[in-house]
Amino acid sequence: MSDFLLELRSEEIPARMQAGARAEFEKLFRREMDAAGVEVGEVTVWSTPRRLALVAQGLPESTRAVSEEAKGPPEGAPDAAIDGFCRKNGVTRDQLELREIKGRATWFAVIEKPGRATRDLLAEAIPAIARDFAWPKSMRWGAASVSTGSLRWVRPLSGIVAILGEELVECAVDGVRSGYATLGHRFHCPGEITIGGAHDYAEKLRACHVIVDQEERAALIREGAQKAAAKAGLTLVEDEGLVIENAGLTEWPVPLLGRFDEAFLDVPPEVIQLTARTNQKYFVCEDEGGKLANAFVCTANIEAADGGAAIVDGNRKVLAARLSDARFFWEQDRKTSLTEQTKKLERITFHERLGTVAHKVERVAKLARWLVEEGIVKGANPDLAEQAARLAKADLVTEMVGEFPELQGLMGGYYARAEGLSDEVADAIRDHYKPVGQGDQVPTAPVTVAVSLADKLDTLRSFFSIDEKPTGSKDPFALRRAALGVIQLLETNSLRCNLSAIRSEPVDGMPWPTGEPERGLLDFFADRLKVQQREAGVRHDLIDAVFALGNEDDLVRLLARVNALQAFIATEDGANLLAAYKRASNILKKEDWRGIEGEIAQTGEEDPLAIVDDPDLAAVVAAKMAERHASGLSYTPEPAEKALIDALHAAEPEAARAVEQEDFAAAMAALASLRAPIDRFFDEVTVNADEEKKRAARLDLLARFRAAVHKVADFSRIEG
Amino acid sequence: MDRNPSKSFQDMILALHDFWSAQGCLILQPYDMRMGAGTFHTATTLRALGPEPWNAAFVQPCRRPTDGRYGENPNRLQHYYQYQVILKPSPADIQDLYLESLRVIGIDPLLHDIRFVEDDWESPTLGAWGLGWEVWCDGMEVTQFTYFQQMGGFDCKPVAGELTYGLERLAMYIQGVDNVYDLNFNGRGVTYGDVFLENEKQMSKWNFEVADTDALFDLFRKAAAECRNCLDNNVPIAAYEQAIEASHVFNLLQARGVISVQERASYMAQVRDLARGSCEAYMAKEAPRWAEKYPEWSK
Repeated sequence: MSDFLLELRSEEIPARMQAGARAEFEKLFRREMDAAGVEVGEVTVWSTPRRLALVAQGLPESTRAVSEEAKGPPEGAPDAAIDGFCRKNGVTRDQLELREIKGRATWFAVIEKPGRATRDLLAEAIPAIARDFAWPKSMRWGAASVSTGSLRWVRPLSGIVAILGEELVECAVDGVRSGYATLGHRFHCPGEITIGGAHDYAEKLRACHVIVDQEERAALIREGAQKAAAKAGLTLVEDEGLVIENAGLTEWPVPLLGRFDEAFLDVPPEVIQLTARTNQKYFVCEDEGGKLANAFVCTANIEAADGGAAIVDGNRKVLAARLSDARFFWEQDRKTSLTEQTKKLERITFHERLGTVAHKVERVAKLARWLVEEGIVKGANPDLAEQAARLAKADLVTEMVGEFPELQGLMGGYYARAEGLSDEVADAIRDHYKPVGQGDQVPTAPVTVAVSLADKLDTLRSFFSIDEKPTGSKDPFALRRAALGVIQLLETNSLRCNLSAIRSEPVDGMPWPTGEPERGLLDFFADRLKVQQREAGVRHDLIDAVFALGNEDDLVRLLARVNALQAFIATEDGANLLAAYKRASNILKKEDWRGIEGEIAQTGEEDPLAIVDDPDLAAVVAAKMAERHASGLSYTPEPAEKALIDALHAAEPEAARAVEQEDFAAAMAALASLRAPIDRFFDEVTVNADEEKKRAARLDLLARFRAAVHKVADFSRIEG
Repeated sequence: MDRNPSKSFQDMILALHDFWSAQGCLILQPYDMRMGAGTFHTATTLRALGPEPWNAAFVQPCRRPTDGRYGENPNRLQHYYQYQVILKPSPADIQDLYLESLRVIGIDPLLHDIRFVEDDWESPTLGAWGLGWEVWCDGMEVTQFTYFQQMGGFDCKPVAGELTYGLERLAMYIQGVDNVYDLNFNGRGVTYGDVFLENEKQMSKWNFEVADTDALFDLFRKAAAECRNCLDNNVPIAAYEQAIEASHVFNLLQARGVISVQERASYMAQVRDLARGSCEAYMAKEAPRWAEKYPEWSK
């Protein structure tokens, strides 16, 4: 048993690709070893900007010998067939043996595969791993790239160390030969170092200023940055993404704290943090009061001769230049009012078939006002909602958002406050893009809700009206996110509206979608809701059970119903009622019992339940049902039968009333009252009575029970 | 006379010339046309095509009309210098050579934090892309380092390594000044501002306010037409010059703010077609000779 070390050195690997590369490295190594029949135990993979390293512990010295048999053509088969079989298995004709298979003499080849040295297998595997390695982006380089068939790697591959135990695994990948030598830190230890094997790899590199384990580097950065901040009497604003990125950019990380001119703190803190983070990969710090401090922490890759003074000073200058740009934008932008800025929106195309951003703003403003005036969004001043909507996109043409697009909304909020607009309007401008996906904060301030909802609804209806719908993984206009945002806004704020009833005046001839596009939009919402609820842990079959009732486009009501159903199904009554429902359904199906439904003209639908689902027919069925119930039975029912009839008499109006009043818990309770009677009915009453009229009446009764349950949810969709 | 690259802008350039000349590069002069980046120089664009080895270094003045700030911004200019090195095929020690060139102009990598940070390069107008890094010195981008993968829509066979140093930035860093106009140009007190401040003021005004837009639109059309004329007559280098011209005129029109967002894409597509067409014609003209000399290239 020996440990194996494989290091693939290259020019600087992008930080963002390193985690994926580690996984890919292990996957391909295991794949190759598996194919070669080498058992692999524990594997450790490390990465730095300049190398990927893999250590596999306890590899066997060789694989076991195996004997394989292959069945060939029967005796007397044409020579060509037998020769082909020999070729395929690498044997000669005299090595074949005849065996009796089902009374027929058949040629067999016995192939002895001797065990092979793991070192040889590794030498074959390494080039295969390099060749098949999937990088997000790869390139060619050097003289070999005169042919496009040359090796592709993320950046030029420059060295290979491959040692099994203490022995070199000799191989070459596109002219790069394996060896014992690797390189230490680019500047601290530029010479070659000789590795003995997996056992001394990490320590030898450490001695040469390379910490090969990315976790260890991350810990150094995390703790070093915190310490540097604490030493300055500050608190680091933690940012795990930055920790990992910096660990991917360094082999010998040294966090250093620097200061910038306090005067820059006039600029909104989010701007400073974003500049420091995205452009420079710096951490920022807060003072005791939780306010952004004029300090940054950068992560150097060297132990500088002067303790890092020159590095800090250089970084300070770069940050100062960035911040003075930001401050310039901040000052420039405030010289122009948001109202003035909105005029420039006329020059920005929203979508070639949907006009300019100014057109969109006009539509959103009208819709936001409408949502308030209709009482869908309560507690908002319609004038403020319209005003906020009109100004919400103005920051798109500011210098700051031009430079930092991710600050859209936020900057608008700052600029609105700076020019003295009300907090409600400023907040609405700031937050109207929210929620951006699951887990994001959902607005609750009424004016914000109105603008946010109007913006998203307008986007959805606009793109649906020109048939630009998401397909598969493609959703270029983020319509799924917009629909999810609408759902979250409605749900969080318990906003009641029928989506299909939302209308506002057409703007520039852009009406609401009607007909096909509108139905498409409602279905789209339904799908998003299912996805969202599923992610929130709601059983998809319960969502289906409520959706199957059809024509529900009030999402709040729909969700209340789903939640009540979920709670009910979890109770003993619920579970038993579901069982009884299934039993009743099965009997009706087996008997092909259409009862009253059968008397109604068929539409060609095979599933009788589909008729009940049909809202137009449901009323007819109900009327017929009522008529029959009133007419009574022509025989004396058995006690259990009578009890079920009575229970249905009581439960039906109760369930209907509860649904009407949207008290879905009460509707479920009404259904629960049927549980004991239906169980007793099944215990004591024979449905398939000899007398036809009894049988018909009892099947009708089951159909009635089923229909009563369907008033609350389509239980046929529920699993289990 | 000793050079002093850390005190003089021109000595820094001369030190780079000395260094890359010693590495076997041709030291070329700037291309005599207005262009947005050194990559447009035929020594880069056209020479990146085909199998012939090519090693060259040169300074290229770059014009970016929209970056003009009337001489009021300490580090944004509408006219500045790039130092370009093109090495084809890319040598195995290209990173080491580059780092050595930094030492030559006075940057000690044990005192300053040098880093290769992912930054891929793409020029839709040239139909070109490559992978590489921006090189950071203490957090400042001082060089764009690219392995060209495609040029003019063609695979680079072999791949060339391109180094683009931002000379003013680098000099500001080395000289320790915060304002580009304070750079010591010659090591004897003449500043960058003495040479270029008035130029920046006037050219910014011209770019943003004065340039006759009708004349520019006309220039664009004429350059495009001339490019096609050159292609028809199989003089691809001349065609490529017209593509450079069209590209710069487009940038001027942008600075004048007379190209709408919608039109922008269409203009860019036109420039791209001109550049690509020129590269294509250049390839077609040279390919038979290349194929004969480098049999593995045409595979």
